[in-house]
Amino acid sequence: MDFNDSEEQAAFRAEIKTWLAANARPKREGLMGGGQEQRFDEAVEWYHKRYDAGYSCLTWPKEYGGQGLTQMHQVIWNQEVSQYGEPDEYFVIGIGNCGPALMAYSSEETKKELLPRMARADDIWCQLFSEPGAGSDVAGLSTKATQDGDSWKINGQKIWTSGAQYSRYGVILTRTDPDVSKYRGLTMFMIDLQQPGVEVKPIKQIDGGAHFNEVFFNDAVVPDSYRLGGVNEGWGAALTVLMNERLANATAAPDGFEDFFNWVKSAQLDGKPASEDPTVRDKLATWYTQHAGVDATTFRMITAVAKGGVPGAEGSLGKLVGASMNQDIANFVIEQLDAAGQLTDDESTPYGGHFQSAVLMAAGIRLAGGTDEIMRNIIAEQVLGLPQEPRADKGINFKDIPSGNTM
Amino acid sequence: MNFEFSEDQKLIQDQARQFLTEKCPVSQVRKVLDGEDTYDRALWQSIAELGWCGTAIDEQYGGLGLGPLELCVIAQELGRSLAPVPFYSTVYLAAEILQANGSEQQKQSLLPKIAAGEVIFCVAAAEKAGQQLLQAGDTQVSNGKLSGKKIAVLDGMDADYAIVSASADNGQSLYIVDLSQSGVERAVANSIDSSRPLATLSLSNVDAELLGNEGDAEAILTTAFNRAAVYTSFEQIGGCEATMQMGMDYTKQRFAFGRAIASFQAIKHIFADMYVAIELARSNAYYAAWALSVNDAQLPLAAATARVSAIDAYYFCTKQNIEAHGGMGFTWEFDCHLYYKRAQLLSSAIGSGRWWREQLVDHLLAA
Repeated sequence: MDFNDSEEQAAFRAEIKTWLAANARPKREGLMGGGQEQRFDEAVEWYHKRYDAGYSCLTWPKEYGGQGLTQMHQVIWNQEVSQYGEPDEYFVIGIGNCGPALMAYSSEETKKELLPRMARADDIWCQLFSEPGAGSDVAGLSTKATQDGDSWKINGQKIWTSGAQYSRYGVILTRTDPDVSKYRGLTMFMIDLQQPGVEVKPIKQIDGGAHFNEVFFNDAVVPDSYRLGGVNEGWGAALTVLMNERLANATAAPDGFEDFFNWVKSAQLDGKPASEDPTVRDKLATWYTQHAGVDATTFRMITAVAKGGVPGAEGSLGKLVGASMNQDIANFVIEQLDAAGQLTDDESTPYGGHFQSAVLMAAGIRLAGGTDEIMRNIIAEQVLGLPQEPRADKGINFKDIPSGNTM
Repeated sequence: MNFEFSEDQKLIQDQARQFLTEKCPVSQVRKVLDGEDTYDRALWQSIAELGWCGTAIDEQYGGLGLGPLELCVIAQELGRSLAPVPFYSTVYLAAEILQANGSEQQKQSLLPKIAAGEVIFCVAAAEKAGQQLLQAGDTQVSNGKLSGKKIAVLDGMDADYAIVSASADNGQSLYIVDLSQSGVERAVANSIDSSRPLATLSLSNVDAELLGNEGDAEAILTTAFNRAAVYTSFEQIGGCEATMQMGMDYTKQRFAFGRAIASFQAIKHIFADMYVAIELARSNAYYAAWALSVNDAQLPLAAATARVSAIDAYYFCTKQNIEAHGGMGFTWEFDCHLYYKRAQLLSSAIGSGRWWREQLVDHLLAA
């Protein structure tokens, strides 16, 4: 066991440390300031800067806008950039999910044309999988794609699409054959969202923001050359994408501990330091134990990756622990603040309303990319090998399966 | 970065596991549980012959001169098999305390015997409920004679020597007490986990040899507990793994409502939560093992984190395993209770979670 870099890794770390010190902005206290639009603009600016300096998509091949480096380089980058306040993971869905889908299934010409633009955030991408009637059971989706000569017509509705309002392209999963079982009749495409048949409607969330969208397709057109994988082979292709989503989630799940710890060290309760309060101390011990455990689990995953392994469903653990902890931390701090804990815009609210915002946002983080319960199913079935839930839709053609809200 | 045990260490672990699977089936654990003896003498003899007791003892004192990491992987297997032997007090505690604090004469006379499995030690600190182990009790030393009563002493029935905390002129100190002398009385105390019996030690005017400096009991035990916390967490993780496996094996073959109960989400989620608790405990234990192996300044925080994590995980896994077994899990016949009871025992050896959570927070805030 040791935590030292190899000589080559140390040199890379030193190089990016120097670059980040000169180019990245320091962390700001609490939540990122500014509104949603401002944060988007800042993210685009950061991705441009990082790409132009040669630090985007480190593990992608050079001809597609990457750097041809290893997972270990990416890990070192992530460790160093996390010391700064830059939105380094802002476009993780496009780059983490759509990128690998294109890399696996699109034509060489498309890859060379679009992947570098994705890496530089010249084009923003979104993932169009979930539907009103197909969330946890995403293979039950019903948005239709019908072939029409050399192209396809898309009709239906997607939902919970992060960043669709900024996106030029999306990767979409569609139903191409309703007369077979649900997994067998799906096809995946990339789609140009800037066309008349596509309408994006932001969804107002419980915190008032609108990160997610509904996306409506009304005879939207996709050329057959945009198909990703074979016709009716979309489920296999989607699994590739979903696996990448879990990896992205595993390394980028905020658990709220750092903010909680800063609060404990600086806050006063009934005129005494919060750090002396027995209840606060007990919570601190519990959450630190979980926080440190997830951190150290990441070290174990990195070790496995460095030895050539591929992290599997184990990545579900970080999100399962972190999201719920983030919510509980926010709720706990608000409780400690007493009546003033309800305020969201008062200057005396610690961290400019950070915990008040987090208690709302965290409820969504527990759902995004798979609910806590789906994460537990994944761990139980894919890691521990426990038997699958008997399914009521097995052996039934898609068109005969009830789905979504039935009232 | 390499956050994993080496191939050699894994080999030691595999061999330990094979050995214990063969020599320490649950039937052996049950013999001690049912009071046939206070420990498994044949198993202890075999373990001694394999050299495990001297794993982390220097070669000059008869040990193998390997390090803490090798002891961690062995601990995990001892925990998995519930081995009913006095390894804990003798190896994790006494050997480490002697090696770090003993006089040259004490080291030369005692460490080779520990390494060879020829002597058993216990550590006697507790005196009453609600009193943390480092706090001074009523045990006193005057004119080289020690008197007092110690309770809940793990391995106290079988130990040849006790390391005893007692008040002396210059404060709370540690002493080595030869338990074969007159003035020593011991009795088995009824306890939750009878597969590892506890003793009550009554000591009246017994000869006691100072260990370390007078007044250093707290410092010595704190360091020793930090180290033992790491080994203990590996024992607990071994126990957690065995528990989860037992529960999964049972629920996969138990059918109700026409299907294996392991296919119900309510059951699957129990095991998913066990998995999470175990992985967090394991990762924290790995980190503490690393800190122990290089004597990093973060050891006190890392050890406390590993300890709290492992206590919580073992309790969680063992209580949920009984739940997943349903009524059979509540019977003496099924093995669920063996692990549940061992989780209880290990949760309070070297100080309970209450004290360790305080340690964790103190170190965290001071960092």
